[in-house]
Amino acid sequence: MVSPLAAVLLIFLVLPIVLIVIVSFWRATEFSIIPAFEFDNYAFLFGSPVTYTVFFNTFKYAVITWACTLLIGFTVAYYLAFHIRSQTWQIALFLLCTIPFWTSNIIRMISWIPFLGRNGIANSTLMSWGVIDDPIEWLLFSDFAVILAFVHLYTLFMVVPIFNTMMRIDKSLIEAARDAGANGAQILWNVIIPLTKPGIMIGTIFVVTLVMGDFITVRFMSGSQSANVGRLISNDIALLQYPSASATAIVLLLTVLITIGILLRFVDIRKEL
Amino acid sequence: MEPRPRSFYVLSAFFALFILFLYGPTITIGILSFQGEGGGLTFPMRGVSFYWFYDLFEQQAVGDIWGSFRRSFVLGLMVMVVTVVVSVMGGLAFRRKFPGSNVLFYLIITSLVIPSILISLGVGLLFSQSGLNVHWSTSGFGSQLTWTLPFGLLIMFAVFNRFDKSYEEAARDLGATPWQTLRHVVLPIIAPSLIGVALFGFTLSYDEFARTLLTSGSYNTLPLEIYGMTTNVTSPVLYALGTLTTIFSLIIIGVFLCVALVANRRRARQGSDAGKGI
Repeated sequence: MVSPLAAVLLIFLVLPIVLIVIVSFWRATEFSIIPAFEFDNYAFLFGSPVTYTVFFNTFKYAVITWACTLLIGFTVAYYLAFHIRSQTWQIALFLLCTIPFWTSNIIRMISWIPFLGRNGIANSTLMSWGVIDDPIEWLLFSDFAVILAFVHLYTLFMVVPIFNTMMRIDKSLIEAARDAGANGAQILWNVIIPLTKPGIMIGTIFVVTLVMGDFITVRFMSGSQSANVGRLISNDIALLQYPSASATAIVLLLTVLITIGILLRFVDIRKEL
Repeated sequence: MEPRPRSFYVLSAFFALFILFLYGPTITIGILSFQGEGGGLTFPMRGVSFYWFYDLFEQQAVGDIWGSFRRSFVLGLMVMVVTVVVSVMGGLAFRRKFPGSNVLFYLIITSLVIPSILISLGVGLLFSQSGLNVHWSTSGFGSQLTWTLPFGLLIMFAVFNRFDKSYEEAARDLGATPWQTLRHVVLPIIAPSLIGVALFGFTLSYDEFARTLLTSGSYNTLPLEIYGMTTNVTSPVLYALGTLTTIFSLIIIGVFLCVALVANRRRARQGSDAGKGI
């Protein structure tokens, strides 16, 4: 029963990773890549100050996006789970939140252009209100735009698991807390948030890995002005420098896996499904 | 019913803003794609026209949009079917522990969290080093499965975690063979979730970009084609294409939701098909 699954994962996940590990020790010339066993690619990677800036940038994007998506995602899930009383409405509003997930990410990125551009809606609105005199230049093609796009694309990955765990909270626990004299804030802090932690963890895993592995959002929304690790890899690939791309990819993969490993200590995914 | 607390109205406003944030930009390019002939990438609208849609259908200078759409559609269907079948089989297998089940489970998680560009790079290398040609229907297809299968499997795990085994035991007690139990008891019960898995399979494949980047070969899929356009097309024709594919996605989502709804209704009306399997 599992053989098709195992076969797909073996051919398209395990073998490629193994190959990337092997190629990361190879040597590249201008035209081809040559089998070898040398640590030059890693030495170059760790010797370059660019690497550290880029890794720092990657973590910066991940942390800021995580904080924003958690705050928005938790609030939305909380509203849906505890403030919407009819199940039909709950399902309808939940679907409304998830539909964009099934449409194209690239189109959703492109759709920020008319908003954020120099003559875009944001600038012209702010100017007509007299808030600013000249258009703000850093709206599009900046770190701000990158993070805005990340939050726009990935908040759903927070909403869904958090909503899912919240729906499984026994409502009588909340009544008990209220009977015991807790106010709304206390119920939220001492009952709901602790019980929602597994959902928060799963959402965190999604958001952090998606942001850390991204290269396209950063390239598009920063107008090629900012870089993260994914872009470093894709630039190397564009230059056909596969060995150096592979070395960077391996370091990125290890970083992501270590991060996930730490997060998984807090949650048992199989129990939460 | 007790009266709504004040926080309800604050949160409702927050939720409304969130929905606006989610849909606003898409609606904006929807409006802007009807930009008049002389119009640019942002407001003001210079008249209302279908000019950019015509443009999309006529000029093919920017690439092979319709060919890429056809490829994406076929690829989406392929990925969908395989995702559903493999996920169901995997879900059934994972109900019991088997040798290597833990390893396989962590592979599924890895497949989900691995940066897409690694799959793209690795599968690209795998094919080039073994002398095979990358093609959207082979390497691209496999790469996309590494993204859709974890979603399908996680849904199946969730379904089987809630599955009441006594239905199967009853079927077995009544003398059903394992295949009959699967066909007439298990599959009808999990059918609605399969619609969900199929929806994930199709849409994630149809929109996938990073994993197909280096694995689709010389024939682009639609997201790759659109990405190519962003670098060299600076007219609302981009919006027109975006609007069309978004509408297409919405139709697909609508179809799946309707199928789910109809299936649920029919089941509620007719009850199970118990006894028809004799």
